[in-house]
Amino acid sequence: MNRKVVLRNNILLGLSLALMVAALYMVFIYVPTEKNMGVVQRIFYFHVPIAWVAFLAFFIVFVSSIMYLWKRDMKWDRYAHASAEVGIIFTTLVLITGSIWAKPVWGIWWTWDARLTASLVLWLIYVAYLLLRNYASEQAQGARIAAVLGIIGFIDVPIVALAINIWRTQHPPALIFEGGLGMPGLFTLLVSIAAFTLLFVVLVSYGIILKNQQEEISHLKDVHSEEGG
Amino acid sequence: MKGMWFKVFTIFWKDTVAELRTKEIITSVLVFAVLVLVIFSFAFDPEAGTMGLVGPGVLWVSFTFAGVLGLNRIFGVEMENSCLEGLKLCPVERNIIFWGKMASSFTFMLAVEIIITPIFLVLFNLPFFMPRLLLIVMLATAGFASVGTLFSALSMNTKARDILLPILFLPIVVPVIIAGVEATALALEGKSWGDMSVWLQIIVASDIIYFVVATLVFDFVIEE
Repeated sequence: MNRKVVLRNNILLGLSLALMVAALYMVFIYVPTEKNMGVVQRIFYFHVPIAWVAFLAFFIVFVSSIMYLWKRDMKWDRYAHASAEVGIIFTTLVLITGSIWAKPVWGIWWTWDARLTASLVLWLIYVAYLLLRNYASEQAQGARIAAVLGIIGFIDVPIVALAINIWRTQHPPALIFEGGLGMPGLFTLLVSIAAFTLLFVVLVSYGIILKNQQEEISHLKDVHSEEGG
Repeated sequence: MKGMWFKVFTIFWKDTVAELRTKEIITSVLVFAVLVLVIFSFAFDPEAGTMGLVGPGVLWVSFTFAGVLGLNRIFGVEMENSCLEGLKLCPVERNIIFWGKMASSFTFMLAVEIIITPIFLVLFNLPFFMPRLLLIVMLATAGFASVGTLFSALSMNTKARDILLPILFLPIVVPVIIAGVEATALALEGKSWGDMSVWLQIIVASDIIYFVVATLVFDFVIEE
């Protein structure tokens, strides 16, 4: 791993840490407590950026999948894989932070309204994506079929969202969320989005480095076993 | 163009003849679909009110799970005796293989569904003569057939085979299932085509998108 890459990653990591500390300060101390929902509303400043990042992750999976099938360069497969892994973590966090927020505010952990249901289906599609990689018999095949699912999964997301949206408006939701952020709120949200996006970039970078190293190790093992055998 | 249709038909006919001789896929899928209906009737209290409410959902669960079973076999049968290699050696484009197989999936699933639907309507005490259901079922099955055939080919080459197909397939076809259930519910209530139109539009849009995307990527799925 060359020095420039190490330096770049360390800088990104430092920056991400600083931004996250700033975001935490703003979320917990700077922004005023919301009138209606009280302290628990602060989860919003985590929940929204995490949801945005999860969506970004799957968009990257989509683009990387297309690039892999086009160029057949394994690096695109590693990008897709690393991005999907981080994306699934962030999607799980969306569901969990949403539930934590919902319990005190709505009184229930879960409801089958449009956004939650669509998020759950998105989570399932990408869990299937990660499972698929494990079940492939060899690496190139795994990369290829994962890329196919990465493309279909992403194209399906808008259809899923549309269908679920129409489904849930037929049965009106029991609870309605009223928004309204002031300037401090908006500023905090933007800082939080920046912090989580940078965190995502750092995590995916480390994921890609790990996969590059795994690739190199297995290559070295193959070479070594040829010589030894 | 005429040559293309003939080739697609040939592949479809191969599957149909094999199936007519063994009746392997249709009988097992049919029995399974009936069993799903029966098990679901134990899940709910068979009062008149409940059955009408859960009926459409139960029907589509039955179609979906039985459909997965059938889809497993569509490319499952090609894995024995190097049949898939034989198919790939045919002097046709890969799309033709996909369309032929998709036609087979569609036909087998539709055959099962046509037999199951009257059984369902009788078991759940719903109005028996329902030709509108046929259109809804046909449209939704087309969606199942396109993505299902693609994922069948995809999962047959992997270690997990049968287990992987439902994991891949079910989340992707959620829009078709939702729209199918809602349209069926409206049809059973006797509502007009106008009321059902939004759901039918979702099914048709999904069908078109699935078909186009699946045709484009099928090549990558069965290459060596």
